[in-house]
Parts: sequence; C-alpha cells; structure tokens
Amino acid sequence: MIEVKDLTKSFGERTAVDHVSFVVNKGEILGFLGPNGAGKTTTMRILTGFLPATSGSAQVAGFDVFNDSLEVRKRIGYLPENPPLYLDMTVAAYLDFVARIKNVPAEKRRASVDDAMVKTNLQDKRYELIKRLSRGYKQRVGLAQALVHDPEVIILDEPTVGLDPKQIIEVRHLIKGLAGSHTIILSTHILPEVSMTCDRVVIINRGRIAAIDTPANLTTQLKGGQHVSVEVAADQNAVCAAIRELPGVRKVTSEPAGNGRVAALVEVSPGQEIRSQLAAKIVGKGWPLYELRGVNLSLEEIFLELTTDEESENASKSPN
Amino acid sequence: MKGMYAVYRKEMGHYFVSPVAYIIVAVFLVLAAYFFNQLLRVIVQQAFEAGLEDQFGGAPIDVPSAVMRNFFGVISTLLLFLTPMLTMSVYSEERRRGTMELLMTSPVTDLGIVLGKFFASFTLLAIMLLPTAIGFAYMLHYSEPTAPWTVLGSDYLGVLLLGATLLALGSFFSSVTESTLIAAILSFGAILLLWVVDFGGNAGSGAWAQGVQYLSVFRHYDDFTHGVIDTSNVIFYLSFIVLGIFLTVRSVDSMRWRRA
Repeated sequence: MIEVKDLTKSFGERTAVDHVSFVVNKGEILGFLGPNGAGKTTTMRILTGFLPATSGSAQVAGFDVFNDSLEVRKRIGYLPENPPLYLDMTVAAYLDFVARIKNVPAEKRRASVDDAMVKTNLQDKRYELIKRLSRGYKQRVGLAQALVHDPEVIILDEPTVGLDPKQIIEVRHLIKGLAGSHTIILSTHILPEVSMTCDRVVIINRGRIAAIDTPANLTTQLKGGQHVSVEVAADQNAVCAAIRELPGVRKVTSEPAGNGRVAALVEVSPGQEIRSQLAAKIVGKGWPLYELRGVNLSLEEIFLELTTDEESENASKSPN
Repeated sequence: MKGMYAVYRKEMGHYFVSPVAYIIVAVFLVLAAYFFNQLLRVIVQQAFEAGLEDQFGGAPIDVPSAVMRNFFGVISTLLLFLTPMLTMSVYSEERRRGTMELLMTSPVTDLGIVLGKFFASFTLLAIMLLPTAIGFAYMLHYSEPTAPWTVLGSDYLGVLLLGATLLALGSFFSSVTESTLIAAILSFGAILLLWVVDFGGNAGSGAWAQGVQYLSVFRHYDDFTHGVIDTSNVIFYLSFIVLGIFLTVRSVDSMRWRRA
C-alpha cells in the first residue's frame, strides 16, 4: 500500500531523512519510533504530499506522492503533530468543511461527519466551538478530521499526545479497530504504544532506519542470552564470584531475595548462551536453584540500545 | 474546483463567525455614510449658489455627477486603509495555527486554495460596498433632470477592480509571514507606495516618470469616476490581480520547500 524507496530529505546542510526505505502492507499498522528530531514528522510530511523529497521515491496506493500528489492526498487522512483546527468553528462545521475539502460527495457528507464523530466519541460536542474544548477533545477532533473521508491510508503524527490515560486507551482501541480496512502509519516516542498497537515497527534515528520488525521480533532478536536472571539459596558474594568465572559474563548484579536466597541478574555478551553452564555450576556447588530464566529486553531497552549506540558514534556532529 | 469552493465557504464562514467582518463593514459604512451626507450637502449648497450666479452668467453644477465623483474618490482612500484589514489574516493565521498543513495535504491545488480565499475576500468587499448604493439610488431617483446611471455603474466597476487589486496584493503579503500585524503593515505600506508613486511621477518627466506614474493603482481609477470605462484601465487592474494571485500561489508553494 505504501512503498518508500531511498527517501532522502535535506534542509540545507542538514539531512533530516537519510535513504529511508520501507513498505507498509494493506491493513497494517506501522509504528514509527524514534527520539524527537529523528525524522518521523518529515517522513510523514513527504508521504502526505506536504513536503517534496530531495531524492528517492514514495508511493501511496500506487500513486507517486510527488507526481500524483492530488490522487495521493485524496486517499490519505493526516493528523499532524499539532491538530490543524479552526478554533472559531464548531466541531460539526469543522468536520463538514474537512469532508468538503476532501471531496466527500454531498449526499454522503452528513453521514461521514456523524460517523467520524461516533468513532472519536465527539457526539455530545457537536455544536461546541473548538476553542472551548479541552486539549484531549481537540486532539480527538484532529483525529476525526483524519478519518472523516474514510481514507485508505491514515497517517497519525503522535496521536496520543496530550490525552489522559483513559483517552489514550480509547484512541489505541480506535486505531486498532481501524486496521484491516485502513492502512495506518503512526509515530510516537512512547514505547508501550508501539508494542500495543503496531504490527510492525520502524525505529528511526537521525534520519536513518535503525531497525524494522514486529515488536515481538525486535524483542527476541536482541534477547538471545543477553540477560539471565537466577535465584539461588547461597551466600551472595560466593554466588557472584562463581557466576563471574563463566565465559561471556559481562556484569553481575545481585540482591538478597529473602529466605537466604540471592537474586542475580547476569548480563552476557551477545551470542553467548550460558544458561546450561550456569545451571551446571550452581548445581555442582550444591546450591539449591530456585529460578533461572532469560530476560526479554523491553522495547525501551532495545530502543535505547539502538539509538544511543549511534549517538555516541556521531557525538561530534550535533544537529538541531 | 470543489476544493476551491470548500475553501471559499470556510473563509466566508470565518469572516462572519468572528466579529472582524462586522466591525470592518460597520466602520466602512459609517464613514461612507458620513462622507456621502457631507458631500451631498456641500455640493447641493454650491449648486444652489452657482444657480444664483447663473442668472449673472455662471456655469451650472451637475450635482449627482459631482457627488459621485467626489464620493468614489473618498471611497478609494477608505479602501487603502480597510483592504489590508480584510486580507491580513487570510494566510498568516493559517500558517501560525498549522491549518495550512491541512489545506496543503487536501486534494485541492494551491491555486484552488488561493482563488477560494481571494473570492471570499472579494465577496466581503462587494457586501461592504453594496449598502452605499442605497444613497445613490435615492439621489439619482430624485434628481432633475434624469441622472446618469451609467456613471454609477462605471464607478462601482472601478471601485471593485481597485478593491480586488488591493485584496490580491494584501493576500500576497499575508502569505509571506506568520504574523498578522506584519502582513497588515506590509500590505498597507505597499498600497501606500502605489498611491504616492503618482505624486513622484508628477514631479518628474520622461519615460521613467511616465512608467512610474503608470504603476499607480489610483491613477487608473480616475477615469472610472468620470464615467469612462477605458479597457486599458480594466486590463491594468486585471493584470495586477493576476500578478497578485500568481505571486500568492508561488508563495504558498514555497511553504513546501521551506524548512518547517
């Protein structure tokens, strides 16, 4: 549905998006994850036809975003970072205007507006002036605006910013409900959001793609034998010393776990599998073993790993 | 086309939802009514005096024509002050609020956006001018001998063309900034400049002075107030309007190339 190839966008000296390529399949939710200033917004703006790319190509529903911009724009619903609202309008008048400008036929307009309001739970704010709405409601109006013409592709830039926890859950449900019939790209810097809503994740940093995969794969990819958690009934120092003797162990942190047990978290070099050796060692020492398991890195940790590595590499040049 | 109409409707709604349009129209109408009243009184008085002198060989005064000529002269000055206020927020406000991004990612061309906004401001200008016709309708109806309605027609054509030119210019200046105030100052300055080049042109002579004079948007307006519709004047205004619209489209397009 969306095909991005070698997309590059430079603003003068600064390259905001650097040879980015990815594909989004029909009905899929793709998450854009990255720190602020990573190039998420710029990529989205190129896809929506707001900005032209410096080089590379992007296609939405088979149309080139630059050459067939109007065709692409007909098929896209877009919620920018700041919802583009006319504060002097009522919610209904605003959505009616958006439906008109997005070419919704006259006979369907009323129904489309109602539908978008139902989806975003705005029915009781229909005749309210947008400027009188709270931040959360404004965000919902922005979301309704992106849905009103029932577009094939929906692009949401930080859709849950400024919402309270209950509203965040509602919006995530809404987005999940839209998948299947719509193809969705959403950007966020909130990690749990990605694992909860997205089918696949693009981690983007400094304009470059650091990783593309499903949230589950990203988690397992780096899991390996990276972290192992053990719980042993023995002396804390003796346990730590014994574990450190094993090959591939980088770091051991431990704390008493009560009942004379010790809980230790072992960090292992990538590609090393020490669980069987560790078990043998502990049993060989005659210590009762209560727990031994590999720990999945949270997306948060993966994210930090992927983005901080590069950051230290390029510490010399600092944009923004 | 549909998109253009959507933008037009939105702009009209915006003018009349906010108090801006009402205030501008009200201020204009109060001033226009005052001037109409004063001009009518003074000119009727002069005509009366001239009529007395006429018995001793003076020239009679054509009251309706004199009133119209003077009134539309005043109107052009009022437009100088009021049109920048009609256009100052047209783009600057949208840029500041981020709604320009909505328009520019909707299936409507940049030209559609610009024309929709231009026609909306032009409609407001026409609505603003319309009530002034009531006074003239009375004056012409009661004047003896039959008054020249055609002159009134050319007056209105002139003022609409002049107004549209100033609106096109003001829209452009609104599109280059995010600040409504800067937009107003720039368009007011530009319009003032186009007014005073006439004086500058008068001072000099030769091709340069003539060229400069020709640029004065107000010089081309004089003929209309005398009831003369010269196609060269009409074309002057139309080309000015097209230039303004063209520049605005370029300016809107350039927002895509700027670092956001």
